[in-house]
Amino acid sequence: MTTILRSTRMKAAAAGLMMATLMIGANRVQAADYEIMAPAAPGGGYDRTSRAVEQVLKQDKLGTATVINVGGAGGAIGLAQFIRNRSGSDNAMIVGGFGMIASFATNKSKVTLADVTPIARLMSEYSVVVVPKDSPIKTLADLVAQLKKNTNGVSWAGGSAGGTDHILAGSIAKAIGVDPKQVNYVAFSGGGDSLAAIIGGQVTVGVGGFSELADQIKAGNLRVLAISSDKRVPGVDIPTLKEQGVDASLSNWRGIAAPPGITPAQRQAYLDLIAKVVASKSWKDILQTNGWNDEYLAGDDFKTYIANETTRITEILTQLGLVK
Amino acid sequence: MDVFDGLMHGFAVALTAGNLLWALVGVTLGTAVGVLPGIGPALTVALLMPLTAKLEPIGAFIMFGGIYYGAMYGSSTTSILLNTPGENSSVVTAIEGNQMAKRGRGAAALATAAIGSFVAGTLATFALALFAPSVVTLALKFGPADYFALMVLAFTTVAAVLGTSLLRGLASLFLGIAIGLVGIDMQTGQARMALDIPYLLDGIEVVILAVGLFAVGETLFVVSRQKLLADQIIPIKGQIWMTKDEWRRSWKPWLRGSVIGFPFGALPAGGAEIPTFLSYSLERRLSKNPEEFGKGAIEGVAGPEATNNSAVTGVLVPLLTLGLPTSATAAIMLAAFQQYGLHPGPLLFQSNPDLVWGLIASLYIGNVMLLVLNLPLAGVWVRLLAIPRPYLYAGILVFAGLGVYSLHASVFDLGTLCLFGVLGYVMRCAEIPVSPAILGLILGPMAEQQFRRALAISQGDPTVFLTRPISATILTIALIALVAPPLVEYYRSRRRRCVFDQASS
Repeated sequence: MTTILRSTRMKAAAAGLMMATLMIGANRVQAADYEIMAPAAPGGGYDRTSRAVEQVLKQDKLGTATVINVGGAGGAIGLAQFIRNRSGSDNAMIVGGFGMIASFATNKSKVTLADVTPIARLMSEYSVVVVPKDSPIKTLADLVAQLKKNTNGVSWAGGSAGGTDHILAGSIAKAIGVDPKQVNYVAFSGGGDSLAAIIGGQVTVGVGGFSELADQIKAGNLRVLAISSDKRVPGVDIPTLKEQGVDASLSNWRGIAAPPGITPAQRQAYLDLIAKVVASKSWKDILQTNGWNDEYLAGDDFKTYIANETTRITEILTQLGLVK
Repeated sequence: MDVFDGLMHGFAVALTAGNLLWALVGVTLGTAVGVLPGIGPALTVALLMPLTAKLEPIGAFIMFGGIYYGAMYGSSTTSILLNTPGENSSVVTAIEGNQMAKRGRGAAALATAAIGSFVAGTLATFALALFAPSVVTLALKFGPADYFALMVLAFTTVAAVLGTSLLRGLASLFLGIAIGLVGIDMQTGQARMALDIPYLLDGIEVVILAVGLFAVGETLFVVSRQKLLADQIIPIKGQIWMTKDEWRRSWKPWLRGSVIGFPFGALPAGGAEIPTFLSYSLERRLSKNPEEFGKGAIEGVAGPEATNNSAVTGVLVPLLTLGLPTSATAAIMLAAFQQYGLHPGPLLFQSNPDLVWGLIASLYIGNVMLLVLNLPLAGVWVRLLAIPRPYLYAGILVFAGLGVYSLHASVFDLGTLCLFGVLGYVMRCAEIPVSPAILGLILGPMAEQQFRRALAISQGDPTVFLTRPISATILTIALIALVAPPLVEYYRSRRRRCVFDQASS
């Protein structure tokens, strides 16, 4: 009897131990020269950009890096943690971009990209305006005409309210002299949901990242009306909004920043490191596979750019009625 | 290439030693992450993405598929034994499964979950191979109004978990719906009920509420009742495996669950949680012993567990045929496809038959592996219950805390967990059922968003719910589901009374 009991207890202990081992294995941290914070969950744009930089550092033997994901509040949680814990550090970086600026403005975040040391804009993705394949809307001019006639009757599908897609829809309305507040924007969670609604003809028109929609455009499930770039993208046969007479453009950029409170010498070291990253062949390859545009812009120019973008994004969000 | 040739070809691809090894790695990893409440398959696949630089595409996808399936198996284990659901889609499993474990039928619950998952996974993979293109055409016809109707139908299932008091059950449901309102509203981007706390902007995770109310709440309750603490749980009562009667009661729920889950998974906004609730409620209605529900009815484990695996396979339909990622894991798998320069969509079946059929075949293999891995382990896991109660509950607390912490590595989440634990304790003391709250948190936000999307598209015209054929049909079914049982009950009791009257006269 005792032996049976003991063996049961032993097995119980063994089972407990197995579970404990499984749990410990999950959060292993490796030693690293750099720490790159992706202020978002794994899998999204910020995460992929962080991991791309990590990959280049390793491949070109510029150093090693660990990517840390701290998601939440559109990046505000990660950014706040970065500012609090890494101030003055010479081996920590954080990825940020367009979406963060928009989210911070809408949610009146206490931390912003002005609180860190911008190093460089790395890349960008353009958005496209699309309609289902059998939509009566054939061209951007058709869409503009319909928007002018009955703004509310045109439903737009895209990502969450106040995000990149919504801002582009608002900019288009503003450019053609329609009140952005009247735009009937329907927010969907995640690219897949929005894409399904557009392809399925549930909405009039859709907005999304070009690289996410490219396959559906190629397969003929969607008709593309315009791309959001300033000038034609080489190798992409899609007319821009501007060349079709709608004065709006949007570039969903992401860049990298260093902690606040660093010396000019430390800043220069970060600038040199990132300059080497973007000059490498492995970086160009990554841009190619992901369909990202090379939009390297470093140092003070990047800082000015962030300030201008913040003003522009806040303005359009105010016109959309999302920032009061 | 027709389906049969394709499948045979797929097995030829998947059955190489290297790919079998990747499948094994995948299912083992998947089971491990499924066990933990915080880490899910999406996170795991995302963290393994860098591997795609080194690995052949087929090997990588076979492994990712294994993780995906494995997580569904793993999460049922902790639901049943520790009342700590590892994933949202196994919340329902905890209701009956944990009761079974307490009555000494834990191994049988684990077995019916594992076999049910196997049956459903196999059937759904078969459906994926056969009907993927036609299912997806139908799925795209679903608009926000139709999804809202589906949510209404799902809400009717709450009756199955309401418990004895309608008032208490509804109070719990609305509590869950209210918790679901916290965070940024997707349609306007504005924060609601977030109290200016950045951590609340993204809302409250279902897993935290579920683990808090189920596991932590129960632990506090047991600790506060000395008598309960002294009781020893008997890990196994009667024979260890499923009895003949348990087999008889399980096979129909397995089949029904497979049928319910697959189409929900294939719907772009369907998911795996709602069908598990539908399955639970259906099994309760059809069961010959409905009084056992809430006290450990095996049908309540067999049905939902089959359903969630079938739904998970359904998710691959829009992913492979259209390149539409409709769950977090699918989105990351799509990104992995793109890393290889592959483009899922109508052309993938033609351009990369090796990959598609290899993946489908490896899902079969993964299913067999999971069954082989999980059935013997059920006997081992169930011994956990032999740990004396004070240690067992201490372990559950540690486990729940670690799991929730691993969600976002956030201390705030731990605080939330404690709060919900206390709430769960209070609700238990007041005899308020906790499951409706979780159902409310899952369904409430989805129903709200679909409702508002539908009204935005119709420019405020509410008749859209009745004029769209799909929506109108589903709403009718929901109405029948709500009205029919009490009516049937009424007529039955009246007839009984008539018969009684006749007999007595």
